[in-house]
Amino acid sequence: MNRKLHGIHAPHRKNTADSVPKRMPPPPVITVPMSMNIGAPAKPVVKAGDLVKVGQIIAEAGGFMSAPIYSGVSGKVKKLDEILSSNGRFDTAIVIESDGQQTLYEGLTKPVITDQKSFVDAVRTCGVIGLGGAGFPTSVKLNVDPDRVHAIIINGAECEPYITSDTRTMMDNADRVVMGAQLLQKYYTADRIVIGIEDNKPQCIEIMKEAGKDVPGFEVAELPAMYPQGGEKVLIYNTTGQIVPEGKLPIDVGCIVINCTTLAVIARYIETGIPLVEKVITVDGSAVANPQNIIVPVGTPIRDVLNYVGLKTEPRKVLYGGPMMGICVPNLDAPILKNTNAILAFDEKDAQDPVPTPCIRCGRCVNHCPFGLMPAAIEQAYNDRDGAALKKLKVNLCMECGCCSYGCPARRPLVQINKLAKAVLNRYNQEQKALAEKEAAKKAAKEEAGVHGK
Amino acid sequence: MENNKIVSVNPHIYAPDTTTTIMRDVVLALVPAVIASVLFFGPRALLVEAVCIAVAVLCEWGFEKICKRPNTIGDFSAVVTGLLLALNLPVSIPIWQAAFGAFVAIVVVKQLFGGIGMNFANPAITARIVMLVAFGSAMTTWTAPAFADATSSATPLSIIAGINGVTAGTHTADELPSLVQMFLGARGGSLGETSCLALLLGGIYLIWRKVISWHTPVAFIATVFVLTALLGQQPLYQVMAGGLFIGAFFMATDYTTSPPTPKGKIVFGIGCGLLTVCIRVWGNYPEGVSFSILLMNILNPFICNLTRTKPFGGVEA
Ligand code: SF4
Ligand code: SF4
Repeated sequence: MNRKLHGIHAPHRKNTADSVPKRMPPPPVITVPMSMNIGAPAKPVVKAGDLVKVGQIIAEAGGFMSAPIYSGVSGKVKKLDEILSSNGRFDTAIVIESDGQQTLYEGLTKPVITDQKSFVDAVRTCGVIGLGGAGFPTSVKLNVDPDRVHAIIINGAECEPYITSDTRTMMDNADRVVMGAQLLQKYYTADRIVIGIEDNKPQCIEIMKEAGKDVPGFEVAELPAMYPQGGEKVLIYNTTGQIVPEGKLPIDVGCIVINCTTLAVIARYIETGIPLVEKVITVDGSAVANPQNIIVPVGTPIRDVLNYVGLKTEPRKVLYGGPMMGICVPNLDAPILKNTNAILAFDEKDAQDPVPTPCIRCGRCVNHCPFGLMPAAIEQAYNDRDGAALKKLKVNLCMECGCCSYGCPARRPLVQINKLAKAVLNRYNQEQKALAEKEAAKKAAKEEAGVHGK
Repeated sequence: MENNKIVSVNPHIYAPDTTTTIMRDVVLALVPAVIASVLFFGPRALLVEAVCIAVAVLCEWGFEKICKRPNTIGDFSAVVTGLLLALNLPVSIPIWQAAFGAFVAIVVVKQLFGGIGMNFANPAITARIVMLVAFGSAMTTWTAPAFADATSSATPLSIIAGINGVTAGTHTADELPSLVQMFLGARGGSLGETSCLALLLGGIYLIWRKVISWHTPVAFIATVFVLTALLGQQPLYQVMAGGLFIGAFFMATDYTTSPPTPKGKIVFGIGCGLLTVCIRVWGNYPEGVSFSILLMNILNPFICNLTRTKPFGGVEA
């Protein structure tokens, strides 16, 4: 390993690390969107008026790249609604009125696992998706030839400031994480199974070492607390030294990365038959009176979450996730999603966006980018709408981690520009492709004419 | 709770440094040099510094007003430029000439190219060179500093040049200040360039505050040291003489006109060192720091291109 990936020393603000998650009383109504995962949305299998219980299926996987959804409350389906999600798309959502009983569905059965296929099936049935935030259906990730897997990397490097839900998973459910790890080991014959944990979570490191001490091949990798340590490619590099090339997946370098909470949810399903119906989330931020971790059903409106933990002042900015990569919630009736691990609410002062000033070419963005990109140059190329330059600058590799914007003394909106620059690059690539096709067609036509002419 | 939330792209937190805090740090880092300038050259040093800063800020404000550009005097960059220019002038400089220099730095070199971040050459250095050409004699009239036992007011480098017969004038080695005097700053020279101690303090502060990185100054100074040693000069003397310290820590590290990557910074520093030695040893001027930095400023875009970072996992198309 000769290259050290850059990053930033963001403030940790793990105020809730000692807060044992409490179960919030069920909200009166939950709204469960169908597109919580990357890929195809789930298909509702209930209609208005149906009675459902906790753990009962309400939507089935809408294709291979999809995951089923289960009800997090017991009660009555009120309607199938259309909601505007925070990524700007209209989405179908199932609205369920809770009866407050939280009665468990009688039909829950533990999956029978005999081989890799039945294991992947169980993961699929469990409804789990990448809970670290990505929302990629886990069963798809695990549906690979076991011989290709050399290292299984468990992501315990919760590097976003504030969030401690993975921390709590490792502290409260270490056995389940280890059980999941053992299952992976069994069905994937990987040589190494590494859990990467940042060194600002010494308790987690201790607990995971203890829990995994009898498991052959299980290692705890203590990583420096540096953002974005938990970025998939960063974690792979820092635990195995492998570089995932552009356009490839972790499995192409023999790695599977799985979030520790995802693994614990899978293990719980296998142990108890209860699929993914609720989430541990961290609620924090300057507008929150009592920052804490709570357990809520998937679909709980953010408004209810904030009311439950209490607010100091009216929040001006509310985030899904952490302050580095979190997405703003415009509407407090938006629900907790499967891959929501935190809700942060900020007061007026912390909500304000800084005013950009001219770039002073200080190079901080370049020297902070984990992937060695040059955001200041990308901004120039974007301003010129120069697709060829953007291609060279590899803006497509940007993971939007936010390190560049974070450190920019001129407060340039670099992440935003990178997102837009990716669109410019895509259009450029399409144009180039179309051009190449046209050329090829012309050439073919010419050749044909030549043949006929003879 | 209302649904009137602010929506913006990530990230939602920022590092405390802004352009203003950075420029403020540079000014702070120059305070020891300012104190040294007053100690060695008397209160007129303060006057020159005040005039340069005032004119620089005024020009920035006025030009932006006329061009209807946003007012940027709050970011302190004009203060830095004015101060750096003043520290590169002799104490006896006529006030109107100092003011002219500040005008050139801000209006011609900085604002006409688009303002902060857009200039291709360091404003203070370029203005100094313009002044050197325009007001040759005033710019090279040196005043003997306080606390010096040497009788000559000439700068050590011009004494050496005289001894070596490169320039006219008869100097003898006895006129040279001692190494300790060189380090403390009791020697002839520009206001802020003589005290290596003061500049070193400022430089270390900037490195500690992560405003600059060590790469450029170390590469610059080390190159001069090694090359002059190889050429049979007294290397310790050479690195402390002239404007090397102020150039290496404060001028060659200017963000806009030097490369962003560590590799680029080292190349830039070595280039500056090489040119400085060439000018000092073979050139017509006894001192070459300003010229070498300006030349490297011009080469900067090429260095930037050659020392780009390598995208992680990037595949050549
Ligand atoms: S960090 Fe900001 S000011 Fe510095 S080079 Fe990058 S974009 Fe410019
Ligand atoms: S957001 Fe993109 S360009 Fe900026 S630091 Fe992260 S990966 Fe690099």
